[in-house]
Amino acid sequence: MAISYKRLPKFDYVKPIDMQDALDLLGRSEKGKAILYAGGTDVIPKIKTRSISAPDVLIDLKGLPGLDGISYDDQKGLTIGALASIYSVAHSPVVRARFPLIAQAASTIASTQIQNRGTIVGNICNAVPSADSAPALLCLGAEAVCISRTGERHIGLRDFFTGPGRTALEADELVTEIRIPPLSGKGVYHKLSPRSRMDLAVVGVAVFVDTGNGEFKDVRIGLGAVSPTPMRALGAEAVLKGERIGDQVIQEAARKASKEASPIDDHRASAEYRRLMVEVLVKRALKQVALN
Amino acid sequence: MELKHIRFVINGEPCELRVPPWRTLLEMIREDLKLTGAKEACGQGECGACTVIMGGKSVNSCLVPAVEADGQEILTIEGLARGDELHPLQEAFVEHAGMQCGFCTPGMIMSAKFLLDTNGRPDTAQIKDGIAGNFCRCTGYTKIVESISAAAEALKGGR
Repeated sequence: MAISYKRLPKFDYVKPIDMQDALDLLGRSEKGKAILYAGGTDVIPKIKTRSISAPDVLIDLKGLPGLDGISYDDQKGLTIGALASIYSVAHSPVVRARFPLIAQAASTIASTQIQNRGTIVGNICNAVPSADSAPALLCLGAEAVCISRTGERHIGLRDFFTGPGRTALEADELVTEIRIPPLSGKGVYHKLSPRSRMDLAVVGVAVFVDTGNGEFKDVRIGLGAVSPTPMRALGAEAVLKGERIGDQVIQEAARKASKEASPIDDHRASAEYRRLMVEVLVKRALKQVALN
Repeated sequence: MELKHIRFVINGEPCELRVPPWRTLLEMIREDLKLTGAKEACGQGECGACTVIMGGKSVNSCLVPAVEADGQEILTIEGLARGDELHPLQEAFVEHAGMQCGFCTPGMIMSAKFLLDTNGRPDTAQIKDGIAGNFCRCTGYTKIVESISAAAEALKGGR
């Protein structure tokens, strides 16, 4: 059983107001000695349980300008700043209008209190396989804009997750925003968990489809909690693309998705159960968005 | 490591403190300010017993560094009543038996306050969603939901 200390270990705290200062501090520090945080809803518990060692300094990102916005334009699509809280994304009129799937997925995360502090970017950077925002963002082809002292790069979310709790970010890099390119279609996120909000997803399924003339023009299926990283079920997508919408092809795709998943046994569920539930939930989600 | 000098407003009163960087908001509220309504149960942001309202938002104070209180307005359960006059939420919890041992209650009421501040007419599903982060081991939640519903009715006059 994990031991959790109620008291935090000693560390310093800084709140830079200039991005360059933040990046310099991050770049100068030995790996793991300067820890970035925004909401702290993953970082603080991890420090309390000692699953990450005490930093020398906690860098509060909330003083940095220009990172808390949620905006849309027809070129870039939707931009979610690093400091935009999960609550603000779940309730944003812009997100609800352009990509309701993202607002819906965000609304399944934890509790109101956690959502008021935690951020979508933080959810991605924490990179647990069950991250509730990940399947939806993967479906929508999101990318992370990352900066360090040496420059900026964009990492597609499919390349961003590299393992359970691991990302492609270098030690001196931080994510400033997530961008989702313009895309038409409808989607839904199904989170299977014992308690609807506070539990991690045992299985998370997001689908996003564009249909017309009774056919699947485009299909994206994102899976969470059933592989080392959140993933796309590309084989299942290929089964559906260009096909007439119908029960049989949906069933086939759902079965294919469950074969593409590589879940593990853990205290939340067995691999076998997760695999079965991938099929059930992919089928349910596809029917929900395609047959309405 | 130096203490951080912070200035904030707590339950309408201005306050100034020097806190170490590793102090949590919950520790500061309970131990420095002696406001012991907010409780420490899980210390992990999983149970909501520590819920207070900072900057107008309900937060798990066990996960907030105390230094972040600087420049903020903080509301705890102790700040809801006006003298002897209980807040309609508190009245409703008394009327409708929304408490048994009372340990979860301060956090529960602060979450309910945030819910009603943002949605004055929540239905049962929205109430349950609004208190999803507050655990109660005694009541089975039914009376809590009824209390919050009754408070929403009473608050239609606004407060």
